[in-house]
Amino acid sequence: MSNMINSLSNMRLLDDLARKETFIHRIHPLIKLLTTVVYLTVVVSFERYEIIGLLPFIFYPILIFAFAELPVAPILKMILLIEPFIIGIGILNPLFDHSKVLFGGIAISKGWVTFLSILIKCSLTVTASILLIATTGMDRFAVALRMLKIPKIFVLQILLTYRYISVLIEEVSRMIRAYSLRAPGQKGLKWSAWGSFAGQILLRTFERAERVYQAMNLRGFTGEYYTGDIAKLSFKDLAYFAAWSLFFIIARIYNIPVLIGSLFTGVI
Amino acid sequence: MSHHKIEVRNLYFSYPDGHKAIKNMSFSIYHGESIGIIGANGAGKSTLLMLLMGVYFPDGGEVLVGDVRVTKKTLPMIRQRLGMVFQDPDDQLFMTTVYEDVAFGPRNYKLEEEDVERRVMQALEKVGIPHLKDRAPYKLSGGEKRSAAIASVLSMQPDVLIMDEPTSGLDPKSRRRVIDLLKSFEHTKIITSHDLDMVLETCKRIIVIKKGEIAADGTAVDILSNEDLLNSCGLELPLSLQKCPVCGTSKGKFGYIHEKIVVDKEAKKELRLTRE
Repeated sequence: MSNMINSLSNMRLLDDLARKETFIHRIHPLIKLLTTVVYLTVVVSFERYEIIGLLPFIFYPILIFAFAELPVAPILKMILLIEPFIIGIGILNPLFDHSKVLFGGIAISKGWVTFLSILIKCSLTVTASILLIATTGMDRFAVALRMLKIPKIFVLQILLTYRYISVLIEEVSRMIRAYSLRAPGQKGLKWSAWGSFAGQILLRTFERAERVYQAMNLRGFTGEYYTGDIAKLSFKDLAYFAAWSLFFIIARIYNIPVLIGSLFTGVI
Repeated sequence: MSHHKIEVRNLYFSYPDGHKAIKNMSFSIYHGESIGIIGANGAGKSTLLMLLMGVYFPDGGEVLVGDVRVTKKTLPMIRQRLGMVFQDPDDQLFMTTVYEDVAFGPRNYKLEEEDVERRVMQALEKVGIPHLKDRAPYKLSGGEKRSAAIASVLSMQPDVLIMDEPTSGLDPKSRRRVIDLLKSFEHTKIITSHDLDMVLETCKRIIVIKKGEIAADGTAVDILSNEDLLNSCGLELPLSLQKCPVCGTSKGKFGYIHEKIVVDKEAKKELRLTRE
């Protein structure tokens, strides 16, 4: 249960951070979304044995952290929460891929290289996504999605899910509390209770959804979702997008760490 | 101002499971009235509100708002006139910030963004929470949530305010604030509640519902002091009309008549003071 409360406070943290007023926060949400999309695409496009080429991409999150004045520790904690899943995805690679590759004179199994590559890629992409929400906020993010002509039904779905996660988590933790108070000395839920638990949650969700929908209807909701005006794109926004995209593409085409390395070795 | 009149004529409604929730109900509500609808749990109060708002449609009889029947076709017009505050503010506050929530209604009616902002700020000021406009709804306290839910309805500038249990789950100070707020509204008000003291303070007329039928319809003073009627409907006298729990003296129509014995030390006399 404490885990649930923790994830709740994590969500609230992102909301708080999104309300800061820094240079990064003031960038148009659409631009931030597009920049993130370019970043994700470029990072994911590296081939599976690439590690060195990925390194320059760490500059993006570092600079966002710095300019947006975001606290590093709590966000890193959020990323660490996802790390087990990433390890789960990549951990079998060293077992399957035994071919060797020479790395600075040391022979390493290619499996480990791909594993490391997956780890870096996932960490970078997850960080970039979290940073996007932490500097934009869910509502402005939704406006950006609408500007990209994402169907409003999906956008509304995202917004409502985000809004009601907290209510649902509270509901579930109340149920678990009630259960554990009447089941002393038991760790977690007994499997025989899972079915009725899931059913309960589903029914409650239905009821809640119906009431929310009624409340929306009563205030004139007809399926159309309106957001307020949002500032127009400025030159600064476009420059921000162009600069980052240029950097990502250059870093994709040229292996910057190797280039720098050969520059030094060439000089020496 | 006949267009603010709400009329309910021979209303019948049963749920899909066959439960007859409303049986032959008729009443009229006129402009500027404040009406409390009271009844035990399951008496049909919330169902009645849903019928008024056109969330459910009656099996028989009709609901008229002004001179317009509540049907699917007239719903948009009806809902602009009637504003309903739900019992659970979490159902009503579905946007990410309080401002967005209060702006939801006006934006649906396609107002210009300037007008939307003016209405939102007016509504927030009316309920006293303009400082909370950028907060997320789940971060608010119970009382603040309630105020925000009321503001989200006020911003639509309805003629009639309909509230389901506006004081449930509030601490005494928040409850007092909501009551004062309700008293300050000049709208036609329809309030359902089990908080009979709140109803006594905010409503002039009371409709008592018992098992889907109207058991009584009259002035708040007459009905809320009629102990037999209230007991037979699963209710009891409002606390403020019950016997004083301290000195046990009998009740007056409005408040206790305390008897207090004060000893005047200098005159060595007992003074008997009564106050109402």
